[in-house]
Amino acid sequence: MSNKVIAGVAVAVNTEGFMTNPAEWTREIAVEVAKEEGIGELTENHWKVIDFCRSSAENGKSPTLRTITNGTGLTTKDLFALFPKGPAKKVARIAGLGKPEGCV
Amino acid sequence: MKTLLILGAGTGGTMMANKMAQKLDLSEWRIVVVDKDETHYYQPGFLFIPFGIYGPDDVRRSKRRYLPQGVEIIFSGIERIEPEASRVVLSKNSQILYYDQLIIATGTRIVPEETPGLKDAGWRQNVFDFYTFDGSVALSKFLRRWEGGRLVVNVAEMPIKCPVAPLEFLFLAHAFFVEHGLRDKVEITYATPLPGAFTKPRTAAVMGDMLKDRGIHLESEFMISEVDNTRQVVSSFDGRELNYDLFVTIPVHMGSTAIQASGMGDALHFVPTDRQTLQAKKWPNVWVIGDATDLPASKAGSVAHFEADILTENLLCAIDGLHPEAKFDGHANCFIESGFGKGFLIDFNYDTEPLPGKFPMPGVGPFDLLKESEANHWGKMMFRWVYWNMLLRGAELPLETQMSMVGKHN
Repeated sequence: MSNKVIAGVAVAVNTEGFMTNPAEWTREIAVEVAKEEGIGELTENHWKVIDFCRSSAENGKSPTLRTITNGTGLTTKDLFALFPKGPAKKVARIAGLGKPEGCV
Repeated sequence: MKTLLILGAGTGGTMMANKMAQKLDLSEWRIVVVDKDETHYYQPGFLFIPFGIYGPDDVRRSKRRYLPQGVEIIFSGIERIEPEASRVVLSKNSQILYYDQLIIATGTRIVPEETPGLKDAGWRQNVFDFYTFDGSVALSKFLRRWEGGRLVVNVAEMPIKCPVAPLEFLFLAHAFFVEHGLRDKVEITYATPLPGAFTKPRTAAVMGDMLKDRGIHLESEFMISEVDNTRQVVSSFDGRELNYDLFVTIPVHMGSTAIQASGMGDALHFVPTDRQTLQAKKWPNVWVIGDATDLPASKAGSVAHFEADILTENLLCAIDGLHPEAKFDGHANCFIESGFGKGFLIDFNYDTEPLPGKFPMPGVGPFDLLKESEANHWGKMMFRWVYWNMLLRGAELPLETQMSMVGKHN
């Protein structure tokens, strides 16, 4: 665990760079982390996904891709277009949540 | 007369029927089990069928034979569960069963239809699963005459049943091709959505090295988007393509269609379950065991076995009007067959990943943990006998329900 300053706020992050306290998250942080992940601008659909993940997170863990597609009506293909390469992990980081659980 | 209804007579349901028949007063309680299929399959055995190590008759028995006297069994599909009314509608004659307590043990099933192109013309021609009896038997016929080429093994999406099985399949395939003088004619690729060879870091590292030593290529974070059997190519959402001559899939897993039809499950139709008490989150007289739960534990027989002890205790408490106090810790215990007569053993729970060391077991142990040994292979082979003769019948095994740190080291 360590602290990192994102968008002017000091937040707790784990060794992989995921925020550990979802309550410290702000929308400005999302914009900043998205840039780190190579996403220059967050569109309406990006926010739809981020907001969905924030509202359906359990124990601070981001939902799985399957839960996101079910909940937002977007397809897995859409998610890969919005958050290229690894959408599950990227969304989790941008939304200030932990990696999705359930991969055991 | 009160009714304990158990949906599913697989590993979890059969164990619970046996345990509850021993504990409940059968002059007060009627125990009814419903299952659509009369055959009980020893699912860990499916892995060995493609390589001719087990034959079909090693893995199937009659379900009825493993249920105790005094337990009623109805062979029928389940139309839906109506938890608000504490009743279940069966497919057969739309029969309605009322219950006082319900155990959901409906397991999980593969749904290859979820991946575009997977069930096209290549299905069971050069595209196979080994998670069903029919799939593993079909693959054994194919492998007997295969002369080599590109083998791609893919996990479509987590969670899957027995997360170590794809690795065991790869190790056994490697050994099979070596023993048949074909290894230099076969290129093996393992494409998984995980970042490494396994879910837990230390095991992933050990298994990753095992794959490397065997010349098996690991394609990680591979989220399959479709299969094109005309070109014999499987693609991922991030634009990677893998060519195959033989494609072995571990398809998307989902809960039972009865859970889906009843709207009781999550996005994959697994029932939201209290991770400690095993009570359904929404309905106090509904309990869930084994693969049907949404717990962050392995979907494996050993997990169902450890859960059965906890569930028995909690169900008996609830029946007596007490608060369920026994807590499941996510304990799993898996032998990993690594080929050439050797194997691994891993033992872990919700909070502790598999660690190296020794696993004590009175009479037969200790077994090496997270390390290859011949004893582990024999442990796995012996387990089939234990499964049929002790485990299903609810007998006590020399295994602790809660994971123990004895013998493990960091």
